[in-house]
Amino acid sequence: MRPSDLLRPRPEGLYCPPGDFFIDPVRPVPRALVTHGHSDHARAGHGSVLATGQTLDIMALRYGVDFAGSTQAAVLGETVHVNGVAVTFHPAGHVLGSAQICVEHGGTRIVASGDYKRQPDATCRPFEPISCDVFITEATFGLPVFRHPPDTQEVARLIRSTEQFPERAHLVGAYALGKAQRVIRLIRDAGYSRPVFIHGALSRLCEYYQSQRIDLGDLRPATVEGGKKGDFAGAIVVGPPSAFADRWARRFPDPIFCFASGWMRIRQRAKQGGVELPLIISDHCDWDELLRTIQETGASEIWVTHGREEALVRWCELQGIAAKALHLVGYEDEGD
Amino acid sequence: MNRFAELLDRLVLTPARNGKLTLLVDYFRTTEDPDRGLALSAITGDLSIAAVKPAMLRALVTERMDPVLFGYSYDYVGDLAETVSLVWPDPPPHLRRNRSPSLGEVVGALQAASRSDGPTVLARLLDGAGIEARFAMIKLVTGGLRIGVSARLAKQALADFGKVEVAEIEELWHGLKPPYVELFAWLEGKAPKPEKAASALFRPVMLSNPVEDRDLERLDPVDYAAEWKWDGIRVQAVSEAGLRRLYSRTGDDVSGAFPDLVDAMDFSAALDGELLVGDPAAATGTFSDLQQRLNRKAVSPKVRERYPAFMRCYDLLQLGDQDLRPLTFTERRRRLESFMLTLDPSRFDLSPLAPFDGWATLDEMRKNPPHPVIEGVMLKRLDSPYVAGRPKGPWFKWKRDPRTVDAVLMYAQRGHGKRSSFYSDYTFGVWQGDAGEEELVPVGKAYFGFTDEELKQIDKYVRDNTIERFGPVRSVRADREKGLVLEVAFEGLNRSTRHKSGVAMRFPRISRLRWDKPPIEADRLATLQALLD
Repeated sequence: MRPSDLLRPRPEGLYCPPGDFFIDPVRPVPRALVTHGHSDHARAGHGSVLATGQTLDIMALRYGVDFAGSTQAAVLGETVHVNGVAVTFHPAGHVLGSAQICVEHGGTRIVASGDYKRQPDATCRPFEPISCDVFITEATFGLPVFRHPPDTQEVARLIRSTEQFPERAHLVGAYALGKAQRVIRLIRDAGYSRPVFIHGALSRLCEYYQSQRIDLGDLRPATVEGGKKGDFAGAIVVGPPSAFADRWARRFPDPIFCFASGWMRIRQRAKQGGVELPLIISDHCDWDELLRTIQETGASEIWVTHGREEALVRWCELQGIAAKALHLVGYEDEGD
Repeated sequence: MNRFAELLDRLVLTPARNGKLTLLVDYFRTTEDPDRGLALSAITGDLSIAAVKPAMLRALVTERMDPVLFGYSYDYVGDLAETVSLVWPDPPPHLRRNRSPSLGEVVGALQAASRSDGPTVLARLLDGAGIEARFAMIKLVTGGLRIGVSARLAKQALADFGKVEVAEIEELWHGLKPPYVELFAWLEGKAPKPEKAASALFRPVMLSNPVEDRDLERLDPVDYAAEWKWDGIRVQAVSEAGLRRLYSRTGDDVSGAFPDLVDAMDFSAALDGELLVGDPAAATGTFSDLQQRLNRKAVSPKVRERYPAFMRCYDLLQLGDQDLRPLTFTERRRRLESFMLTLDPSRFDLSPLAPFDGWATLDEMRKNPPHPVIEGVMLKRLDSPYVAGRPKGPWFKWKRDPRTVDAVLMYAQRGHGKRSSFYSDYTFGVWQGDAGEEELVPVGKAYFGFTDEELKQIDKYVRDNTIERFGPVRSVRADREKGLVLEVAFEGLNRSTRHKSGVAMRFPRISRLRWDKPPIEADRLATLQALLD
């Protein structure tokens, strides 16, 4: 079977004609397979959803329990058949519950990896390379300039800054699902045991992570009720990046804005956003990891979904690997 | 090298002065010699390394990677040094070093390199370093760190580090050389203060305080002399043992930009005064004229002829072997007056005293000065010695009232630190164009002058009236009917080719919020242009 007969881009998302399902559709469809819980990949209103149990839980937390007509939990590594097409979910290492979806039919195997990363992350299962004919990859950081440093090094800088500026609150902007919990966990692994304060938008997801036995330590709401501004001196406060431009941030003493994102690799990005302490921590692959992953899958053809496709396609061409950009729309850049 | 690289990165993104000082002091405390001294010299601009041209850098990197991929990368990042630092391929594992070189090793290797083998040496250094260190190395060889730290701020950090007065650092500075080992040893209390080895050193200057409400009623006019406050730049001319130096008020050596004045320094003394351009006897040039001579490394003979530099002197700090600073103002002034007779009158003249018989007379004089290049009066206590810094009492400046203009708020940008959730930096404009077709043209930017309460009100106004957002900047509704009028005070106005309006304000600040005023009644550009001459 030709790969383009097994999966092809449609305005709603990647469509599988023999299986009659979509992967990560951006509009409501009768049958959806969802890689992970980020809102640009997991939307409400589908007829049925097949995803990992954790992804289904996260969707229910975000959209309410009736977010889809029916749901089915996929078990990692176990194959299910959807209208005769073999479908297997494999860990993607992106956020809790995230998976790649391997689709196999008529002797052709395609892996749609969704969003994924290769750096170790204590808050989710690590990515497993799956050999396939076609590997579908994102390219959020698909330029040679994106090279993520070890996350432990970035968090060490954050903790050192709290010692250097004990009178100032350190506000860490981090995407509410995945990044925030990973950053908190890294802070704990670095030996920081003081309370970490969180913005209200993070509380339910942090609770869910803790219910999945991911220890985030002593978390407290970043409210001023009963407290004073000075209570946050030297504290680490984690919240969604948008909150820090907001009036909400005024409760903190002389705050230092920190932003945990792969974009922080580019100084101008940090400067324009008024970020004083950029933390280069990403839940996506950097350039070197994208290249390594492509090689490990052994795929003879690469499809690039979203991000900076042209550089990745160019690199594949130089390696003699067929590659094309799918130009899928509706997927956002990390943390923007 | 990694610590230096991290310091640079943090300094660039730390807007607050105190934050920068903390970072610098911590670096000096935790870094060994000679690295900390070399870092200091890189920041103050005293480190010399053979430059590598941008084209050479580009050639080095495209020998090592696909030029198309480099092109995509450079387009995306926009900064050559940063792009190269990011994309530079790591050498194969067996060629990697197990530790990053120190700043001292890097500077040593670069300084030992000739112009022709500079690029090869740089490439070898880049091979052995991580991304942050590569960026710092490239910044060192391409010149200009651009981290928002002045030499003055670096010296303040040294003073904080050693708990000494910054004047002491400034006084020593020109006698010291990188990597400043003896300076750090003294600041750490491990060695005595370095001797002033060189001649023609800078003397830290005495500064004045502005006259504020009720200051004068407690002072007796007979205790003070008054002088005109000339609108030039403060300089110190020091000539000793055959060495001639012209210093700015922060101790930077600006001799190179004023060879005409330096040529005339054939004396043995240290003079304090105002640098101006023109003919001292006939025509003193404006600050705009003076700007033709500022911030230039070399000055063409044509510009030198058109805008000759001279110094209007008001104090004598050293005469021959004698340090006059402990003497009273009256004593110093007497010596200055007789000393001036020996100097070239086309290059040095005496700043005249302005006699007055009471504060009311002086108030009139400052408001209506006899010359357009005067911006107010100076008051100097007759019995005061010359002391470094800004002591309250001996010297006052009393400026002509600032000029004001009514302008309309056009853009607002988020501040930093305490103000980072407030739109606190304001770009404002005035009207131009025919009646009925007026357009606002930006004329300046101000970020202080208002109270905290007013800041909250403007912030709310900005959030409620945003029409577009570009990153941290919002464009605010500003048309004939709707807009916020700001009364902006400023000290002076210069012609500017860099601004669309053709004018640039000096020292603008918000003096009042005119919630009552309809935007169309704000001032027109022609009003500002009329103030230019």
